[in-house]
Amino acid sequence: MQNDIFVSVKDVSRFYGITRAVNNISFEVKRGEVLGFLGPNGAGKSTTMLMLTGNLAPSEGEIIINGIDMLENPKLAKANIGFLPEAPPLYRDLTVDEYLRFCAKLHRISQDRLTSAIDSAKQQCGLTDVGQRLIGNLSKGYQQRVGIAQAIIHSPSVVILDEPTVGLDPIQIREIRQLIRELGGEHSVILSSHILPEIQTTCDRVQIINRGELVLSDTVERLDHYMHESCVTVVLGNPPSATDLEAVEGVTSVEVLDDNRFKCYFEPKGQSPAEAIVEMSVQQQWRLTELTPDKRSLEQIFVDITTSEKSSDETTRSSKDQAA
Amino acid sequence: MIFTIAGKELKALFLSPMAWAILAVVQVIIAYFFLIYLDYFVQLQPQLTALPNAPGMTSIVVAPLFATVAMVLLLVAPLLTMRLVSEERRNKTLSLLLSAPVSAGEIILGKFVGIMGFQSIILLMICLMPLSLTFAGTIDAGLMLSGLLGLFLLLCSFSAIGLYMSTLTAQPTVAAVGTFGVLLLLWIVDVAGKTGAQDSGLSYLSMLNHNQALLRGIFSSVDIVYYILCITTFLVLSVRRLDAERLQR
Repeated sequence: MQNDIFVSVKDVSRFYGITRAVNNISFEVKRGEVLGFLGPNGAGKSTTMLMLTGNLAPSEGEIIINGIDMLENPKLAKANIGFLPEAPPLYRDLTVDEYLRFCAKLHRISQDRLTSAIDSAKQQCGLTDVGQRLIGNLSKGYQQRVGIAQAIIHSPSVVILDEPTVGLDPIQIREIRQLIRELGGEHSVILSSHILPEIQTTCDRVQIINRGELVLSDTVERLDHYMHESCVTVVLGNPPSATDLEAVEGVTSVEVLDDNRFKCYFEPKGQSPAEAIVEMSVQQQWRLTELTPDKRSLEQIFVDITTSEKSSDETTRSSKDQAA
Repeated sequence: MIFTIAGKELKALFLSPMAWAILAVVQVIIAYFFLIYLDYFVQLQPQLTALPNAPGMTSIVVAPLFATVAMVLLLVAPLLTMRLVSEERRNKTLSLLLSAPVSAGEIILGKFVGIMGFQSIILLMICLMPLSLTFAGTIDAGLMLSGLLGLFLLLCSFSAIGLYMSTLTAQPTVAAVGTFGVLLLLWIVDVAGKTGAQDSGLSYLSMLNHNQALLRGIFSSVDIVYYILCITTFLVLSVRRLDAERLQR
């Protein structure tokens, strides 16, 4: 049971001078799980990842990777981690093969397994054709892939990717997401991003971090529950007054968007009033032309959580954070 | 692990034109000095034969040549060491090493061994010149080896200091300027000591002094200990600096 938890973070804080970048974070990642780390810029995502990979020592707290304490035994703990930082750490003067060979040796892969490890990492990341090319001459997308190949070459139990799809074109993004999902099978993956659909499509679990604090941690499935529709948008050719609409069974409130467009809210767990609205429209000749159920997206949840946190805070800095 | 990093460092040097340029320039300049000293020896030769206990070819050609080499390499060393850590920091590749299962000590030693590999290549190339004299006469092997050892230890010290300077900054040029300043200061620090009548202890710090004894073929443990102390001090400082990277920023 113990062995199934690959990453365990307990009460970790990190200060930069007097600035508290990460405040008392605790979480766990299980075997094979893909964890999405979500937060606005400057929320502490990268700091947390640097601490997980031993690049940065936490001011307080404990980080345990695969049962090994990162602070007490960094060398052993780091052997279980593959890390792609925000800027891929590439030596531009080396070819892809040379670079991966160096990375494999750094991770103490034995001489006889070296070639097969390099080949399989290249294959997984679609780099087979560019092995002989200089990294400096590759496009950004390929460089990013080399960065990922570097992180998985020693098949670590935990792969940590900091914004892996930044700067890629849509096709490459899809390929990388596919790759991350594949990785989730054998490795645990921690992924940071501020792109919400990415987290929604690739991760099993989502953690939202805001101003150094963990504000939400839930599985994507459970998040769907938050996302249940709670409003329908209707467009009516012959609109009644808002109060008439509010009288429809199940509708709790109505927002007028423009002359013919209304947003009808209802209890999230209750019955959708769509049918009732259609019936009423026929009876009263409202000439219904459009009816769209609005799903609350992860984005809205994200915005709600991060902004409500801020409004409860007395400092004015929060608004700047959001602007950034 | 140390040799993996050292090998990569050496390879990176030869992938840029810098290593080749430095090898070529040093070789040309030292060859020119070699010819000057050799010419001087040829002029002196008739007088030397008259002397009962005359200095040989080695002490007239090789010793001053090695002294010149030390001076030239003092100018070159900062250029070689400046990129070691600062460029990794600048290109954000340092996190590759920091998140790999290697200790800061291994990283620093690897880089040190790598740069010493290159310095050894320079020394080897230079040694070919005095060795060519064996076609025409005999070389005092003891004197030459002691001079070579002196040069090697000196280069190790240069590299250790340069490596430390490189861990302090993200700008290679700043590292180069800093290294050059420290090396030059350590070279000439005994100027102040010489003006006074008594030995002020500053002369102990001077790299030049310790090197001169070895060039004369005097193998004294004081000199060796000086270099070893200098090398270990700066390597330990570098390791500590790299470790501090994790602790705060």
